[in-house]
Amino acid sequence: MMRNVTTLLFLGGLGFMLLVITGTLDFGAPPMRIGTQIQQATPGDVGTANIVTAVVLGYRGLDTLGELSILFAAATAGGLVLGSAAARARPDGGFILRAGADLMFPLLLVAGLYIVMHGHLTPGGGFQGGVILAAAFFLPLLARPRTAPGHRWLMWIEGLSGATFIVIGLLALYRGEAFLTPLLDRGTLGELVSGGTLPLLYLAVGLKVGAELAGLLMRLAQDDEVAS
Amino acid sequence: MTTTIGLIFFLAAIGLCVIGIGGIVLSRNLFRMVLALAIAEAGANLLLVLAGYRWDAVAPILDPDQMPASMVDPVPQAMVLTAIVIGVGVQALALTLVIRVRQRYGTLDMHLARQRMAAEIDASAGIAPDRSQEQPRGERPLPAPAGGGHD
Repeated sequence: MMRNVTTLLFLGGLGFMLLVITGTLDFGAPPMRIGTQIQQATPGDVGTANIVTAVVLGYRGLDTLGELSILFAAATAGGLVLGSAAARARPDGGFILRAGADLMFPLLLVAGLYIVMHGHLTPGGGFQGGVILAAAFFLPLLARPRTAPGHRWLMWIEGLSGATFIVIGLLALYRGEAFLTPLLDRGTLGELVSGGTLPLLYLAVGLKVGAELAGLLMRLAQDDEVAS
Repeated sequence: MTTTIGLIFFLAAIGLCVIGIGGIVLSRNLFRMVLALAIAEAGANLLLVLAGYRWDAVAPILDPDQMPASMVDPVPQAMVLTAIVIGVGVQALALTLVIRVRQRYGTLDMHLARQRMAAEIDASAGIAPDRSQEQPRGERPLPAPAGGGHD
């Protein structure tokens, strides 16, 4: 009882504090000036139409590498906790799920790859497209639980794409620039082949995120039964 | 100072944060705690995106044909993109731990799981279950020590 009262007091105080802080903000006119500067510098510096991509991969590529490491650590720890997943005797998904999975698999694959490849032009990119790719590879497993999941295959994709990301960053170092500086020609703004190495980086991110999440989902799905 | 519409947006984001944190602290069910964490994350992300909003602005995507007057701040959006992905990783890890707890102790209730965990640790260490060392009030007799205890 006492604990609930103190918790509610804490929550009220937290809400009040956040409200006071946001109350001093001028809504609709952010005080940060770095955003406007990035918007003006992006066409010349990076050459991607999507400025969020320019921030994520161009200006703060190192943070994205750290983010990928966190995701990798979480997926590895999940695999460690759950152990190796083996195909279990689970009920079949049924006709509707099987037919739906067959129908959705190519569509999800195309949509995911499209979003990954156009990450530097439109809203989207490696993370969002990678999640759709993971769903594409997870759906057939739900429909046919008895097929053995291709974990080894996923591991290779994940490792190779992660290595590609770092190698592209190291190539910039070799050229005498900072780590993960965009290389190659920037091209014309808004074309599919533009933005230098950023589309390649986003492709690596997309494959890595897709493989990681697909592996994690497969482990979760195959370990959801209570052993006791 | 914020306008009314801004206040409504901020209230929604803060409300999500408060509901999520309250759920984490007050809930006894482990799975509900994970869901509450997801709600709190959504609130924090909404707060960040709102901080970069600009009136009459478009999404931060350049159009080669026409340059719009103003765009929303891209930096909070990139931060939120990062935060969402990390949030997914953290939730997946939390769910794997919840699955393991349920497999091991057969419950999602935090208190029950804690009791069973303590009992299991005691049993594997070979000591009797925890009980009061003092004379109970009301002159009741002390319970007889369990077999195999260290006295």
